[in-house]
Amino acid sequence: MKAAVVVFPGSNCDHDIHHVLNEVAGVPAEYVWHGESSLAGYDAAVLPGGFSYGDYLRCGAIARFSPIMPEVERLAREGRPVLGICNGFQVLTECHLLPGALLRNRKLKFLCQDVHLRVEPSASLYAAKYRKGEVLRIPIAHMDGNYFCDPDTLRELEEGKRVVFRYVRPDGTREDGDGTANPNGALASIAGIMNKEGNVLGMMPHPERVSEAALGGTDGRRLFQALKKFLEGRA
Amino acid sequence: MQLKVQVFLKAAVLDPQGKAVLGSLHSMGFTEVGDVRVGKVFSIQVPDGDPETVKLRVEQMAAKLLCNPVIEEFAILP
Amino acid sequence: MTDALRPGTLPDARSFGLKEEEFDRIVARLGRTPNLTELGIFAVLWSEHCSYKSSRIHLKKLPTKGKRVLQGPGENAGVVDIGQGLCVVFKMESHNHPSFIEPFQGAATGVGGILRDVFTMGARPIACLDSLRFGAPDAPRMQYLVDGVVAGIGFYGNCFGVPTVGGETTFFEAYNENILVNAFTLGLARHEDLFFGRASGAGNPVYYVGSKTGKDGIHGATMASEEFSDATEEKRPTVQVGDPFTEKLLLEALLELMKTDAIEGIQDMGAAGLTSSSFEMAGRAGTGMRLDLDQVPLRETGMTPYEIMLSESQERMLLVARHGHDATIARIFHKWGLDASLIGEVTGDGRMVCTWKGKTVVDLPIAPLAQDAPLYDRPRRRPSYLRKVTVEADAKADSADLGGDLLDLLEHPNFASKRWVWRQYDHQVRTNTVIGPGLDAALLRVKGTRMGVAMTSDVNPLYCYLDPREGTRFAVAEAARNLACVGAQGIGVTDCLNFGNPEKPEVMWQFKEAVEGMASALKAFKIPVVSGNVSLYNDTEGRSIWPTPTVAMVGLVKDMRRVPERELPEGARVLLAGDGEVRLAGSQYLYHKGTLVGRLPKLDLKMERKLQKFLLKGYAKRALRFAHDVSEGGLAAALAEVALFAGMGFDGSVPGGDPVLQCFGEGGGRALVVGEEEALAALARALDLPLRPLGVLGGEAFRLSTGGAPLETTLDALQRRFEGGFKKAMRA
Repeated sequence: MKAAVVVFPGSNCDHDIHHVLNEVAGVPAEYVWHGESSLAGYDAAVLPGGFSYGDYLRCGAIARFSPIMPEVERLAREGRPVLGICNGFQVLTECHLLPGALLRNRKLKFLCQDVHLRVEPSASLYAAKYRKGEVLRIPIAHMDGNYFCDPDTLRELEEGKRVVFRYVRPDGTREDGDGTANPNGALASIAGIMNKEGNVLGMMPHPERVSEAALGGTDGRRLFQALKKFLEGRA
Repeated sequence: MQLKVQVFLKAAVLDPQGKAVLGSLHSMGFTEVGDVRVGKVFSIQVPDGDPETVKLRVEQMAAKLLCNPVIEEFAILP
Repeated sequence: MTDALRPGTLPDARSFGLKEEEFDRIVARLGRTPNLTELGIFAVLWSEHCSYKSSRIHLKKLPTKGKRVLQGPGENAGVVDIGQGLCVVFKMESHNHPSFIEPFQGAATGVGGILRDVFTMGARPIACLDSLRFGAPDAPRMQYLVDGVVAGIGFYGNCFGVPTVGGETTFFEAYNENILVNAFTLGLARHEDLFFGRASGAGNPVYYVGSKTGKDGIHGATMASEEFSDATEEKRPTVQVGDPFTEKLLLEALLELMKTDAIEGIQDMGAAGLTSSSFEMAGRAGTGMRLDLDQVPLRETGMTPYEIMLSESQERMLLVARHGHDATIARIFHKWGLDASLIGEVTGDGRMVCTWKGKTVVDLPIAPLAQDAPLYDRPRRRPSYLRKVTVEADAKADSADLGGDLLDLLEHPNFASKRWVWRQYDHQVRTNTVIGPGLDAALLRVKGTRMGVAMTSDVNPLYCYLDPREGTRFAVAEAARNLACVGAQGIGVTDCLNFGNPEKPEVMWQFKEAVEGMASALKAFKIPVVSGNVSLYNDTEGRSIWPTPTVAMVGLVKDMRRVPERELPEGARVLLAGDGEVRLAGSQYLYHKGTLVGRLPKLDLKMERKLQKFLLKGYAKRALRFAHDVSEGGLAAALAEVALFAGMGFDGSVPGGDPVLQCFGEGGGRALVVGEEEALAALARALDLPLRPLGVLGGEAFRLSTGGAPLETTLDALQRRFEGGFKKAMRA
């Protein structure tokens, strides 16, 4: 069992994911430079947060053309776990492994703060250790996390139970458009979605930042533990 | 030669930057402004050649990289 | 352009900011008239910003040595040992003038510059602080300045991937026309991985790495050495544009290259660009350098040698390599998509020789420039305003509504929650942040160890205006106290001394007072200054800012299991530890009531040291669960902050006496503590430190009985005014 942490020029949560996988969740993980052209031997790939290529064109737009990306797409096709967090989620939408796009936050400001996420009734392997309806406290840190897709895609996502996490109030209810629970203005309060098969997850919040009690929260840890369990099951 | 590609968010997509600029203009007294959209312009330098071929190539660049068709649309400026 | 080679004249020298006697001195030293390029080089190296010509004579008084100090002032940044083979590398620097002209890029490039200072030394930056002083929120352009500075800091730090974990943001009219942006970065390294800015070894190749050179920022260093006036508006083009993405690549490329044997020495091209980096590196090593300016990568065509030498384009470094590593350097920089250009070599003759288009355009001895810059002992005079404001009898104030006064104070943006600011900063990236913005000091874990590193920046400008010496001593004491409140012992300081025009005797008097005050307090705490920066000429149209000696202090926690708790239980008793002279003079309370007079309370260093020992021992013995210092806003504001942290009301009393003085008076070495009472009491007795219970956390009401009418309000009101104050002031 081995996971790849894909490093793009400008990735900056690569160390954090590497640390959480290896030291907290017990998933052996290695860095893979975006210029590599093979992920042979890796059972999963994580695209970390950061500002790949400075986010200069659109977030994730240039990273999508990195030499490693066809290999990430191969893993996704083979049903292996591909997880994109923050900038990684943006890359996954740009390369169409996930539908939609991430727009600039509604108030145009970078937001680093805790949000509450409700675990939706999806069949996501990443949510296997959460209870449906459970409310998690996990931070966001982004300028462009305002999820958008067209109405048909949204219907597909909802009907296919592909919304994995939604921004909610601490009591688990959705906000009514006042920005208190869904600070970036995401469509349908979407914080994380998966592909049809469920092996690809993209999410804006950072579970790796709340996986150790020393950092003030552990709600993110079970996501990585679920990934480990899944990989063990396949091994 | 130089071509310019203009990229805007699609009309159906909320443009918060445009909204912010509109709000500022109104508060500054430019109350006649109806709507503002913020976009990008790419100025692209290519070798001289057959205008149709060059335009076709630039269109491919726009479709592939400069513009995300999920949320944006582009036009090559005359 | 041959203009660069024509002899420089006195009018040229003046236009570069040099004085007539300085020009004469240059000609005398060289034994000839310098050409225009050479004169430009002298002008920047002898500018106040680069040479510290007005401040050096006083800075010598600061303590800079200690058993943990691995590198004191004079390098890119200071280095302090934290044990286990690790060290912290840190520095604070101002970017005041550029931020006032163009707040977003000014603040962004300020952050970029201080990050480079730290990672050129081989340390990966792990945290930033920003100490920001703005004018009154309703002053012209102020909303725009706040918005731009905060966004610019976020833009650079967030993209680079360093958490911005704290700092200060306050508002006083004295900064209406000259805001202060002081950026601090701390990096972590192993001892053996440190690099220095020394161009050793004649024959070693000199590389230029990073972004290309443009015409931006030419004479930024001299701009920072002049007063502001309407004419400054024309200097707009000198503001540089930051590229945090390139800087992030530069960081990764350098840290990778530093693991090889390729690097002899390295330095950031900051203020005065290629000029200061080349002269300083050769100056420190006692060598010379030959540079071929045709090899410098340029972003614009038609640049003159003068412009190439003085450009302040961002994200560039000068690297002296060891022989035979060219292929390694090329490979690593290529991997990260960066340029590394061979532009010259180290020589042994002590001269800087630059060629351009086959001609020698600069040929200067290095020592006179780098080391023998002018040194001034400028005249000083006690400012006349002090006669008016220094009143021995303490001010008096009556309050009809203490609760209302507390709410008004908490709502002021100097006190109100800065969440609007720090949520624009990624304060968690790298997953080390144990205590982020909003508490007394920030605290980061050091992965792979049990240690933690804490940091804070402090200065009360009101205090420094009323008494620069005592005010600065309070800044040092408060910084150390803030660290102790999170269980950290101060181990080193970096300072940013922001003052007005040093050619005014009154400003120079303030400067000397502040430096001497800082020196005396630091000596008492046995904490050395290891790096820093002086920013003078913070004047606009003849008006100087208040003396603002920002103190950024770094502390060490040896065992991260002994740090403050995140939650306080209902019913927890809050005690007041420490004591001292408390006065309304210089208090925020009086300032907000429109009075700015009085003699400051005297700092009681003995009490202060006892208090800090109590806090540190309290955590070490697990007797202390939480501590919060009592400073601006006095006891009432401090108790309100504890109640807000706990999310509970409070019922208690303040010591008797005048109610306003007891609630809002400032001074003394005091902290609020929560913990195991018997153990704390025993500890206080052993240290002979006053310790008394004030009241109990819980419920919805916030009530303090006083010698007169009680202070009464509710937790809900505190929360609303505290959380809403900043946005209200900024109309955000």
